Amino acid sequence: MWVGDRGIASPAETANRLALLFGSPTFWSNAAATAEAFAFSVVIALVCGVTIGLVLGLFHRAGEVCDPILNALSSLPKITLYPVILLFFGLGLPARVAFGTIHAIFPMIILTMNGVRTIKPVLRKSARAMQLSLAQTLRTVFLPAALPEIFTGLRLGIALALLGTLIGEMFAADRGIGFMLMQSVERQDSTTITALTVLLFALATAGGTGLLAIDERLHHGKP
Amino acid sequence: MIALVRLGVVAAAVGILELCCRTGAIGRFTMLPPSEMAVALGNLLTSGKVNGDLIFTATNIAAGATIAIVGGFSAGLLLHAFPRVRLVVTPLLAGYYAVPTFVFYPLLIELLGLGRLPLIVIAAFSGIVGMIVNTLDGLDRIPPVYTKTARSYRMNALSSALMLKLPAAAPHLVTGVKLAISYSIIGAIAGEFILSVAGIGRHIAFAYNNLDNRTMYALLLLLLTVVTIVNVVIHEWEQRTRRRWGLLP
Repeated sequence: MWVGDRGIASPAETANRLALLFGSPTFWSNAAATAEAFAFSVVIALVCGVTIGLVLGLFHRAGEVCDPILNALSSLPKITLYPVILLFFGLGLPARVAFGTIHAIFPMIILTMNGVRTIKPVLRKSARAMQLSLAQTLRTVFLPAALPEIFTGLRLGIALALLGTLIGEMFAADRGIGFMLMQSVERQDSTTITALTVLLFALATAGGTGLLAIDERLHHGKP
Repeated sequence: MIALVRLGVVAAAVGILELCCRTGAIGRFTMLPPSEMAVALGNLLTSGKVNGDLIFTATNIAAGATIAIVGGFSAGLLLHAFPRVRLVVTPLLAGYYAVPTFVFYPLLIELLGLGRLPLIVIAAFSGIVGMIVNTLDGLDRIPPVYTKTARSYRMNALSSALMLKLPAAAPHLVTGVKLAISYSIIGAIAGEFILSVAGIGRHIAFAYNNLDNRTMYALLLLLLTVVTIVNVVIHEWEQRTRRRWGLLP
């Protein structure tokens, strides 16, 4: 192979290295660190994103004002913020969670907001006709009606949270799969880089396909 | 009116940040007040010390994004023409952005040498899939009635591609161009953070490692402002195209 063994590892080598990694406690402790940061950032992004999205969707004016600002923020190259995150949070779990969260939160806000905005006016009217309180309206009308969009936001958010956590670990961490990747980069250990990349790719594709299937079913059920 | 309120919201956010920094709620070693960032940026730009880095990064991104757009469009056309091949690569395209592409950047340095070339290639790699996916999307969504019309006018493959398919797919192609550019920016900057001989990303990483917050925040401000302007302009272009094609109210 023209890239040679310093380039991309062959499939057999990669499989061997993956097996080796699965047997090593270092790999599992790094994987657990990534999973922890990933889980925290998804939960934070989901709770904050849906809340902010609901509020902006309910108050039309506020939504209109914030829409372009949110779009601009969501398309920032957040990787450039790694020194700022490090200065604020130091090296550790909070920095990795922050990295995942800033990647994941914007699609959640934007999609929840659009979901609430595009709710059929007749639903709003019936809620008013039944004199539901704000909390009741949210729980029984808006959340269920906007659920497909919220789920799409969650799906995109999960993918971005994983990417964000990994990027955070690559540039600003002392543990995690991203950190392992960066270590292999420094050691020019292309076999481990390839093995980890293949593993992440497989996980992300499997997760993404599964979530997409649920997503499509939710959207299909919407009248 | 809305635009004015929006400006007010942004100004208030910057004001609060300034206040937090001034009162010490955010320490000086953590973040500079935005006003000082702006002053530092002004000094840096007038000194001309970063001009070389700016041009280096901008030309790399331009080259990478161009390759991503042209290459992605051509690849999209080919995949659309060969559905069997497309079936095979679809999962690869879907999972592509779940992996930080720039882990392969060190490999590119080894193959191409340290310099511009690996940065341009990583920028192109980062952007190309966004363009491919949206080209495919655009071609898929051409209404069948258009193709029927082309057939009834007995248009040949080339003229139906140029006069019918390209304009019909335009809104999706614009989205592809938008993604290709913003991903190319991320790829090129990330590459510079990892290892580079020049560039704005390298300069930021260098300033950070030397605890030179003034330079670091000035350059971050510059980078984020320029990228935001680029993104907003492209976003407007995209919205305008979609409106003209009747996809938006």
